[in-house]
Amino acid sequence: MSTPLILLILAIIAVVCYVVGTRHALAIAGGLSSKLHSRPGYYGSFVAICAVLPAAIVLAAWLIASPLYINSTIRGGFPEDVKAKSEAEQGLAFGMVNSLARGMDILTLDEIDKVGANPAELRSALGAKGVALAGDPEPYMVESAGDLNAMNKISNRVMTAVVLIVALIGAGLSYTRISHRFRARNRVERVILGALVVASSIAIITTIGIVMSMLTEAGHFFGRVPAWEFFFGTVWDPRFAAAGAAASEGQFGLIPLLLGTLYIGFVAMLVAVPVGLFSAIYMSEYASPKLRSVAKPLLEVLAGIPTIVYGFFALTTVGPFLRDLSSSINGIATGDFANFIQAQSVLTAGFVMGIMLIPYVSSLSDDIITAVPRALRDGSLGLGATKSETIKKVVMPAALPGVVGALLMTASRAIGETMIVVLAAGVAARMQLNPFEPMTTVTVKIVSQLTGDLEFTSPQTLVAFALGITLFVITLCLNIYALFIVRKYREQYE
Amino acid sequence: MTDVVSFPAGASAKPARRDIGIKRRYAAERRFRAYGIAALSFGILFLFILLYSVVSKGYTAFQQTMITVPVEFSEQIIDKDNERATDPQKLVTANYPLIARNAVAKVLGVAETDRSGLRAVNQMISDGVRGQLRDMVVANPQIIGTTQTVSLLAAGDIDSAFKGQIDLSVSENNRKVSDQQVGWMNQLAESGALGKHFNTGIFVNGNSSRPEAAGVGVALIGSFYMMLIVLVLALPIGVAASIYLEEFAPKNKFTDLIEVNINNLAAVPSIVYGLLGLAVFINFMGLPRSASLVGGLVLTLMTLPTIIIATRAALKAVPPSIRAAALGLGASKMQTIFHHVLPLAMPGILTGTIIGLAHALGETAPLLLIGMVAFVANYPTTPMDPSTALPVQIYMWANEAERAFVERTSGAIIILLLFLVVMNVGAILLRRRFERRW
Repeated sequence: MSTPLILLILAIIAVVCYVVGTRHALAIAGGLSSKLHSRPGYYGSFVAICAVLPAAIVLAAWLIASPLYINSTIRGGFPEDVKAKSEAEQGLAFGMVNSLARGMDILTLDEIDKVGANPAELRSALGAKGVALAGDPEPYMVESAGDLNAMNKISNRVMTAVVLIVALIGAGLSYTRISHRFRARNRVERVILGALVVASSIAIITTIGIVMSMLTEAGHFFGRVPAWEFFFGTVWDPRFAAAGAAASEGQFGLIPLLLGTLYIGFVAMLVAVPVGLFSAIYMSEYASPKLRSVAKPLLEVLAGIPTIVYGFFALTTVGPFLRDLSSSINGIATGDFANFIQAQSVLTAGFVMGIMLIPYVSSLSDDIITAVPRALRDGSLGLGATKSETIKKVVMPAALPGVVGALLMTASRAIGETMIVVLAAGVAARMQLNPFEPMTTVTVKIVSQLTGDLEFTSPQTLVAFALGITLFVITLCLNIYALFIVRKYREQYE
Repeated sequence: MTDVVSFPAGASAKPARRDIGIKRRYAAERRFRAYGIAALSFGILFLFILLYSVVSKGYTAFQQTMITVPVEFSEQIIDKDNERATDPQKLVTANYPLIARNAVAKVLGVAETDRSGLRAVNQMISDGVRGQLRDMVVANPQIIGTTQTVSLLAAGDIDSAFKGQIDLSVSENNRKVSDQQVGWMNQLAESGALGKHFNTGIFVNGNSSRPEAAGVGVALIGSFYMMLIVLVLALPIGVAASIYLEEFAPKNKFTDLIEVNINNLAAVPSIVYGLLGLAVFINFMGLPRSASLVGGLVLTLMTLPTIIIATRAALKAVPPSIRAAALGLGASKMQTIFHHVLPLAMPGILTGTIIGLAHALGETAPLLLIGMVAFVANYPTTPMDPSTALPVQIYMWANEAERAFVERTSGAIIILLLFLVVMNVGAILLRRRFERRW
């Protein structure tokens, strides 16, 4: 039976168990639910859970374990000369066996008889059925495919039987436990609580997944390229064209990428911090409630616009505008209409990213400035300071730790931002300080290393994971430090 | 603080005041205020410039130039040897662009011997007519030999020229349409044969290397599948996790760890989730590349922290008196939460979910890494099929060089922004309608 069908049957069993359990509980109580420890529905739920939960766990375990077991048995059954070949070739042979097995399932018995043991004919017969084979199958493969199909069939039958038996046993056992005194609600609630715990640990699992997956792949990379060459190398030249050729491994220096990332992030912060901070100050200290209720959502719209839209805006509007502007400035000043700002440049990417970051700075610092106690302001105003003096000398110093935390969070966003820089910053990994020239970032290189057609094991693709873990660690540190500052600050006034 | 201080009567006699720099200080005050206004206007100004630049470039994408001419489905060209009864492939592989070219050439009066003229005519028609005419003939082979009036897709360059996006004052050699073609275009437009029609293709077509035939249909389906997966997975898991953390979790190191973790996950760069998806879902679990299932799973992990944070805030906002009342009437803790607290927190939870979904809908970077940049022209039927997503489609078109793709890209951005507006307005309405203030 196929897995969806088994799941459907389990669902039906659950419904039936619920109804039967509920009725049985009511019957025991003589129709008076007040005589039972729990509401009748809980007894039904208890029976349903006892029936389905263990069965589902068995099903999941079987689905994971049986292919592993069967595959290793089949590969173990390959002739010795095949086993002597490389891992990749064995994998290829196994792939063939798999497709063969799939195809032989579709063929009718007649057709199999007709084809007989002639591999070439088998291939064309399968091709006609829509199962493409990579090459002519060898006799041992046909044999293995037959074994594979037989084992899969047996495994499937046993699995169906075991799952259904477990479900029925669970239902039967729990059914007999129903009585006046039985605390069905407590049991059901314990299961629900377990489910809640599992759900909340997914956050942890995700983090572990991120760290583990990147560490393993980056570990493979560092097996090929020494770590110090990656972290301290000043040349980025992965040599895509020569990928695969053993003689020419590229150079993977992180420094130019990191420099580009920080430079573009710095330009973005130069735009976002003054604009965001002054907007936040104006909205929290000066603006009338009416203006605030219009301006704040408008600024937040900027945060809701997908970054790809900003990237496109930079690529088609801001970049060409800056380029043309620079060429006319140059023309007026020197008579030579050559543009000194490239369309893709640090300035373009940084400026547009800065616009994207304005709402992050403004709404985070708005919250922090509003949280500064009223009494501090009143004290300062009462001593004769003007509003701006109060803000500069009293409110901002009090809010400073929080604002710094907010700026750190914004900076981590700038460092991790991808789509704007992919479209507007350029791909040339260079070490230079002219903001009018293109530079590239860590995120751009992650995208460009992984959207090619290279095999996964080459250092050219694996380097993306090393870049990823670097990015992850940098943003993680910034965020943890920011959270630490914000928390510490919050305690001051409470 | 609010005490009224009464000055002695002599204070009103106004002695000459010592200069305490009041003018300077007030000027500084005004300057400071002006900075604030300038900063605020700068942000809002750029919002409008951004929207204006997208809309002004993109609204033309919803119109498409078509050439409506009588097309003769000549048996000579489609099926010369009358083999269609025995070989159905014949109708599929016939030279349909030739039929279209002949039809337009006839209207323009280009002689059949004028080779270069015919080539120029051919360049005015999109290659997409092949599929268009083929589908007509395959659906109804009776029309072979007859003449039908058909609206043919104009080529991308003619489309751009007719919409006035190509500067015709440039020398003929430096632009993609010749003076002859422009003349024909104007001739056809005057006779009413060539005109702009509403472009349904951009909503239903798959990707294409020809801008006039490219659409976001496949991307919309892919994005829809992903949103569905995110909703089905992230909402229940997120709500369950928040209930545990907010209502049950004891205060210990473990829950503290989860808490810090969730806050950090919300700030992890989205591209890192793409790396996770690539390493875990595709390489380790062997799920297919480019599938919307993988995209949905990656976006689920990305959206989860947002939903958890919103749900916890919503649960926190339900006053303790509700809990106390339910507990006092004998409900268990679980019953209190599921029967009373959760329904009251639902509007807040749904608002947070919609905002999380809107965020996921616009996300591009992680999808690039799990192979959704593949060129997909066919509709996916299940989430396991190769597909693409709306923002990824925008990214792919943004990299195309042709002028007509700029318009398509902006058009696709408008479609994406409209979806986001609808979702966000929905969230706001939901909040307005159901939010309670205690």
